[in-house]
Amino acid sequence: MATATKFIGKPLKRKEDPRLIQGIAHYVDDLVLAGMLHAGFVRSPHAHAVVKSIDSTKAQSAPGVVGVFTAEDFRGQIGIVPCAAQLPDLKGAPRPVLATGRVRFVGEAVAVVVASDRYALRDAMDLVEVDYEPLTPVVDPEKAISKNAPVLHEPSADNVSFRWELEGGDVKRAFKQADKVIRQRILNQRLVPMAMEPRGVLAEYKRGEKTLTVWSSTQIPHLLKTQLAAMLGTPEHSVRVITPEVGGGFGSKLNVYPEEAIVAHLAMRLGHPVKWMESRRENFVCTIHGRDQIADVEAAVSKDGTLLGTKWRIIADLGAYYQLLTPLVPTLTGLMLAGSYKVPAIKIEIIGALTNKMATDAYRGAGRPEATYYVERLMDLIAAELKMDPAEIRRKNFPLPKEFPYTTPTGVAYDSANYQRSLDIALKKSGYAKLRKEQAALRKQGRYLGIGVSTYVEICAMGPSSAMPAGGWESATVRVEPTGKVTILTGASPHGQGQETSFAQMGAEVLGLTPDDVNVVHGDTGAVPYGIGTFGSRGTAVGGTAAYMSLVKLRDKLAKIVGHLTGEDPKNFVFGGGSISSKSSANKSISLGEAIGAAYTAKTLPQGMEPGLEATTFFEPTNFTFPFGAHVCVVEIDAETGGVRLLKYVAVDDCGNVLNPLLVEGQVHGGIVQSVGQAMFEEAVYDEHGQLITGELMDYAIPRADAMPWMETHRTVTPSPVNPLGVKGVGEAGTIGATPAIINAVVDALAPFGVRHVDMPVKRERIWKLMRRKAAPKRAPRAAAKAKPKKKSKSAARRRTSRRAR
Amino acid sequence: MIPAAFEYHAPKNLEEAFRLLDRHGDEAKLLAGGHSLLPMMKLRLAAPRFVIDLGRLKGLDYIREEQGHMVIGAMVKHAEIEHSSLLRAKCPLLPEAAAAIGDVQVRNRGTIGGSLAHADPAADYPAAILGLDAVMELQSNSGSRTVSAEDFFVDMLTTQLRPGEILTQIRVPVIGKGSGTAYCKLPQLASGYAVVGVAARVTLANGKLAQVTIGVTGVGPKAYRAENVENALRGKKASDKSVAEAARHAAHGIDALADLHASADYRREMAGVFTRRALALAIARAAGKKA
Ligand SMILES: Cc1cc2nc3c(=O)[nH]c(=O)nc-3n(C[C@H](O)[C@H](O)[C@H](O)COP(=O)(O)OP(=O)(O)OC[C@H]3O[C@@H](n4cnc5c(N)ncnc54)[C@H](O)[C@@H]3O)c2cc1C
Repeated sequence: MATATKFIGKPLKRKEDPRLIQGIAHYVDDLVLAGMLHAGFVRSPHAHAVVKSIDSTKAQSAPGVVGVFTAEDFRGQIGIVPCAAQLPDLKGAPRPVLATGRVRFVGEAVAVVVASDRYALRDAMDLVEVDYEPLTPVVDPEKAISKNAPVLHEPSADNVSFRWELEGGDVKRAFKQADKVIRQRILNQRLVPMAMEPRGVLAEYKRGEKTLTVWSSTQIPHLLKTQLAAMLGTPEHSVRVITPEVGGGFGSKLNVYPEEAIVAHLAMRLGHPVKWMESRRENFVCTIHGRDQIADVEAAVSKDGTLLGTKWRIIADLGAYYQLLTPLVPTLTGLMLAGSYKVPAIKIEIIGALTNKMATDAYRGAGRPEATYYVERLMDLIAAELKMDPAEIRRKNFPLPKEFPYTTPTGVAYDSANYQRSLDIALKKSGYAKLRKEQAALRKQGRYLGIGVSTYVEICAMGPSSAMPAGGWESATVRVEPTGKVTILTGASPHGQGQETSFAQMGAEVLGLTPDDVNVVHGDTGAVPYGIGTFGSRGTAVGGTAAYMSLVKLRDKLAKIVGHLTGEDPKNFVFGGGSISSKSSANKSISLGEAIGAAYTAKTLPQGMEPGLEATTFFEPTNFTFPFGAHVCVVEIDAETGGVRLLKYVAVDDCGNVLNPLLVEGQVHGGIVQSVGQAMFEEAVYDEHGQLITGELMDYAIPRADAMPWMETHRTVTPSPVNPLGVKGVGEAGTIGATPAIINAVVDALAPFGVRHVDMPVKRERIWKLMRRKAAPKRAPRAAAKAKPKKKSKSAARRRTSRRAR
Repeated sequence: MIPAAFEYHAPKNLEEAFRLLDRHGDEAKLLAGGHSLLPMMKLRLAAPRFVIDLGRLKGLDYIREEQGHMVIGAMVKHAEIEHSSLLRAKCPLLPEAAAAIGDVQVRNRGTIGGSLAHADPAADYPAAILGLDAVMELQSNSGSRTVSAEDFFVDMLTTQLRPGEILTQIRVPVIGKGSGTAYCKLPQLASGYAVVGVAARVTLANGKLAQVTIGVTGVGPKAYRAENVENALRGKKASDKSVAEAARHAAHGIDALADLHASADYRREMAGVFTRRALALAIARAAGKKA
């Protein structure tokens, strides 16, 4: 760049915050249109049942009711819910927008009621009589894929959605050579994404203009527009999707839902705007869930701790139907199972299981938190087995910085990294050596401190189009307005990430303005060029790059114009303070306004140059990016209650270059807290009848501020070579790196009790039971055990390995 | 989250409230802070035809001292109890228990009368009320009567309140010198309600426990007095060992609840742990130690 950085890399406060904090921003529910009707969905209380009949006569005639609709009414008019995943031999589990004859999870909609106001609507919904004949539900994914389980989708013979296999390196030889084989079953429980704002849709159809406008709380306005056009059989050019403020998504709004299509259809059918707002209870049962895998791992290691090979069998509980990416998410787990280590050989089998539950799909991290969690637990299991320090075993297996780009046996090429350095910093900043001493001293007093380490690599900036179901590029149009203000229209659809600020910083930097001169517009398919959306930590690395390239195009165009006007070489200009100045001579400088004027009045442009100042870029990345880092977590366990308290958290993350460190820290903080959620609080529990028994916030625990210690965040900077900004992405890193650090700390605290693994969430009673299984230990702490390995504990450990974890 | 239709009444005084209660019988519900009643109505688990709001009625929101006792109007909000300097000085157990309830929003709306009348088995006040040996005043058209805390709680969500009656005030003793109180709670992680909550009050005389009262909530279908523990300790020296030994029996004979958040075993065990913690803290406070 021809300018010194003034804004890029600076901790500017978010431009979007004042309106959010003051409550004057507009979400879907804040939008009111004249003549607007309200829709509500009648949902199945059964996990698996035949819908014998639906009697809506009473509801139809209730006051204020405009109509009651069932699948029959939409036959041939609304297509099925789209799934973009392409896997060989993927079995069909198509989801109609309303249940047709059979319901397959609690919360599946069987009818939709439309009324003039929400009160009349709510009363009328109770009047729809649905006669169900319950069927045996299939809840446990292992049972679901076993013989004789009731089949969810006929004419399928079983509930196996897909088998995904991958093998790299010589696995047989690895296990033959191994000094030790370590086995463990590791669960990754089902989670509810829990965006603060539930979903919501408002649709309006203008008959004269034949335009359908859909306001939806979504992360993917353009993909939604295309899918709605296809589902409704409406020409896409007459559909416009707008995302007002979106109160969090975490992947749960990276989807196309039945309600979006039905509300849009009803607006066209009834000639009135129609709105549906999801309740929190609905959000629990009919917005996608995350995670839910069972992993069985075997690792072959040599006695010095070198990883020789790993074998994985993972069962992913997909739920009853496919949403947009349902079957794809577990395969992302598969791709990342090498972790940040040199594993010469890997064999992976992933089985997708269909069960009578809500679909799982991409939830913050989407498949990678699962992989990292397994791998990082595995490293600790190996360390414990070999009596090595967990940090040491990691260091031993890292690829060296000079080995990058590093290709794993799963075929993934990591772009750039220095894993050693982030681990060193994390150990130093956390005072690791001192912590170990403190731990040993406290154990003698019957206090249980645990120290957990995790070193992760993740795959983000999704991603090259070759690897993405619907394209992996992103678009941006930049317009320098005649008055000198700048509009950046991004195809990415930020919903809390702060790109209105960071893209404005970029614009100000490139064109020599201030961030207040730059406005970032997003989430309106009628205003911004076609884009892919915000997910997979791609907003800045892909969307930001597109914006940057467009900015550079305009800067170059302006320089050419000024060069033409002044006779100076365009390369000699510096942009700043509202002017374009020549480095060589002051009288060859002109104000930015004058240059912009020249572009718009178009009287003095160079020969052949188009007037105006607008540039569009569709940026296609050449690869994913691979952020990485090292986290250290310290916990103390209350031996009486089993309660886990977080004492300290140190995160060292590398997300490449940084546009705004405040935004990066915010993303890391949020990600860590979400990890605390999975590690310590959250669990979507379905009982044997397929009822979600943690279906409200009085039962589904999420972390609150008081659960968190001060989070110490540090950064290393390894620019990514795959985009000109050198950025990697940071939206999911915290969620990926932190979960195993926390659980490793908990297991470490419980080491004196002979515990080698605990499943999440580590709720008090679970820990309390483990601590009582073996009364207060007399055993020496880790450091001493290292000197004098005991034979006995080994066989005990083996016995526990074979024990089923659930 | 919209309740079934109901008729709303806001009586200006108790007499009017009694009249409305008598007229509408069991089709009516009193509304205090609404933080238990309204969620149930919104989920349509409760659908009263008449809602009688005590919130506009003057004269049930006082905290005052009367002849060695503190009397508290039923409509006093959790936050008012939490922050009352009078109560902090004279009966700190109540502010301590109030501070442990839910979150700021809940404490700003919920009332002590509503909480006690609702008798949720995991609510916090019931433990404190039992630990303080409080007396409730119940009024109706036909007069008023008093009921001891122990008699007040009958079963899960059931109290001595009869149709037509309103809980008007709660009377608790002033905690004097040589006495100490404490409330210790293990909160349910999602709701914040008590998995176990123990309120202890002790009076020390010559290093001995002249008086011990312990209220336990969260463990059984209703809050109860841990009489086993009280009897084992009364008149004994207040040593760590004797307290720990006695506290282990805090759930003796109780049919402990079991749910997603805690098994019966765990609740029983935690009753012991938190009884010990509450007693230790109350004893330290009675002895004038800061804790
Ligand atoms: C999110 C949340 C978290 C909570 N966490 C806790 C917690 O941690 N600990 C805890 O103890 N509580 C908790 N609560 C409950 C809270 O304290 C309620 O406010 C309380 O239980 C009821 O008091 P209220 O004034 O809101 O009563 P209301 O909801 O208005 O009434 C409750 C019931 O009592 C009856 N009633 C009310 N007043 C009287 C009266 N004077 N005489 C006779 N009957 C009457 C009503 O008719 C109704 O049946 C929580 C509530 C929420 C919503």
